[in-house]
Amino acid sequence: MKLLRELLFPVIAVLVAFVVGGVIVWVIGDNPFEVYGLLLGSALTWPDGIGYTLFYATPLIFTGLAVAVAFRCGLLNIGAEGQLYAAAFACAWVSIKLGGTVIKGFDGSPIAYGWASLPAVLLVPLALAAAMVVGGAWGAVPGWLKARFGAHEVITTIMMNFIAVSLVSYFTQYYYKAPGDPIMESVPIGESAHIARLGSFVPGLPERLPLNVAFLLAILACVLVYVFLWRTKWGYEIRATGANPSAAEYGGINVRKQIILAMAVSGALAGMVGINEVLGYRYRYYHEFSASYGFTGIAVALLGRNHPVGVFLAAILFGMLIRGGIFVDAFSQHVTKDLVEVLQAIVILFVAAEALFRGPFSRFGLLKRSKV
Amino acid sequence: MSDIFNVGLLLSALRLATPLLLAALGGLFSERAGVINIALEGLMLAGAFTAASVTWYAGSPWVGLVSAVLAGALIAAVHAVACIRYRADQVVSGTAINILLTGVPALLSGAFFLSSGSTPQVPQENLIPWTPIVIAGLLVPLTYYVLYYTPFGLRLRAVGENPEAADAAGVSVNLMRYAAVLISGALAGIGGAYLSIGQSSLFTRNMSAGRGFIALAALIFGKWRPVQTMLACLLFGFTEAVAIQLQGVRFGGEEIPTQFVQIIPYVLTIVVLAGFIGTSRAPRALGIPYQKEK
Repeated sequence: MKLLRELLFPVIAVLVAFVVGGVIVWVIGDNPFEVYGLLLGSALTWPDGIGYTLFYATPLIFTGLAVAVAFRCGLLNIGAEGQLYAAAFACAWVSIKLGGTVIKGFDGSPIAYGWASLPAVLLVPLALAAAMVVGGAWGAVPGWLKARFGAHEVITTIMMNFIAVSLVSYFTQYYYKAPGDPIMESVPIGESAHIARLGSFVPGLPERLPLNVAFLLAILACVLVYVFLWRTKWGYEIRATGANPSAAEYGGINVRKQIILAMAVSGALAGMVGINEVLGYRYRYYHEFSASYGFTGIAVALLGRNHPVGVFLAAILFGMLIRGGIFVDAFSQHVTKDLVEVLQAIVILFVAAEALFRGPFSRFGLLKRSKV
Repeated sequence: MSDIFNVGLLLSALRLATPLLLAALGGLFSERAGVINIALEGLMLAGAFTAASVTWYAGSPWVGLVSAVLAGALIAAVHAVACIRYRADQVVSGTAINILLTGVPALLSGAFFLSSGSTPQVPQENLIPWTPIVIAGLLVPLTYYVLYYTPFGLRLRAVGENPEAADAAGVSVNLMRYAAVLISGALAGIGGAYLSIGQSSLFTRNMSAGRGFIALAALIFGKWRPVQTMLACLLFGFTEAVAIQLQGVRFGGEEIPTQFVQIIPYVLTIVVLAGFIGTSRAPRALGIPYQKEK
């Protein structure tokens, strides 16, 4: 019954968003059923549809978990976007410096970017650690500012987003861009840092699909976040802080420490997006690669009720929308892939304004009125 | 150095500060009444898109400007209803509005103008490059007067600081908050209109490029007060102007990285928020939905 109730509002919110989106599609002049058919149908074909859906879902699982962990501590981490940029760059930096990147200069002579050329068994774990540590540090700073000075994390994380983008752009532009490269991207990472595409060992899945081992790490992260939040003392203290900070403080929990810890864990999770992007997909740092993963993560966490299982399901749904959106762009008459953003926004609004649904439901006796 | 710092730079700073100031003053009304408004970015985009499309259709920038005000207020109304009537988390609702407004203009311009995310070019004679600057300048003393010398302003500040007391004194907390959020939408809408039919001549996807967030930063840097907020906007506009001037400039054979100039507003905001320079105190009831005692 509890599970049913947890599922009820997110499902309603998604359905209502699709209805509102359908009306918009109809007003614009397309057939909503055709557009939705295209949107969802193209996401469910095997292997391409499902492969890409899971690939697009991967960063959203990480950012969704990131927002959820912070939220369980009563914090709103709007800074996943900055955390994942800082982390992705750090991940690429380690994989260039220790991956022995060498490129050809204008005159054909080699330019070495790396210090050393480590084997994969050493380099991949180091690159993973770099992403998580730098992402975690970028998250911990707003946590510390809140714990120490009471600075509101929403504003500081927004500011940290801009700072991350600027700094990373500086390092890319002046130190790690190949000479003459017109694109804001780093030189390629060392080949031993590449992580495998799932197509290389899953039968029936072609290797051209970018879905990679980072997706498996995302599933692992869901499990670990569950264990961390509900099976460890730290997780318990984080949740206690989120539920009622003054009671937690009174109960002997160091609330300030929990705030910093939750933000650091949150940042590390957001940072793992860099693993999918750099080690598993583009094999370099590509500036401003994130399609608002950090902000969509807020939608994913809310829709997933800040629970790892919910986050996973919500991320898959949004992954489907992103995959389908590309087909809507190409094959529908008027509607563009921007419909996906509109749907996401409506989902967030309805999940956030849950009172909208609580009213009618309690009126018809379907739900006990909440304590609020 | 004199070819970098000149009158042109100051003018460009003024132009860059204007959209920030319009949005920040909007945010000031909303936040002083107790409603967090991180939707400024989306509200500006709503104004920018509406101004450009309506001006193109109607052939008059004034019709476009008024439509932008209405569009800003309309979108702000969604935020207001979600936050005030349905007690949604104000930051979450604001985020939703921001995402919504990256999608909606692109969707509509795709449908109406058959382009991916931009509107047709508005002819030169239909642009308003100066009016919004004047409006922004006049709005500062007006906001100051309204906020501190009118009953409306007193009530607005009261519902943001101590809604229970305001309620007990017979002020409708939620009505005041609705009014404040709608005003913020209207002002941010003007700011957006300036971006599309003042500084440029068309709407492009995500053209506000984070200005709504910088406006929010300026509001906090200005301690939620009109005059200080204006100074903060001018400072932030100036840093942006300097960053643009320095683009590609070589100093002793080396390119000057503009990224370090660009981050100044954000670093300053964090510094101020953490209380390293003075203190910036938010309205006491900011972010808390009001519910009458039953």
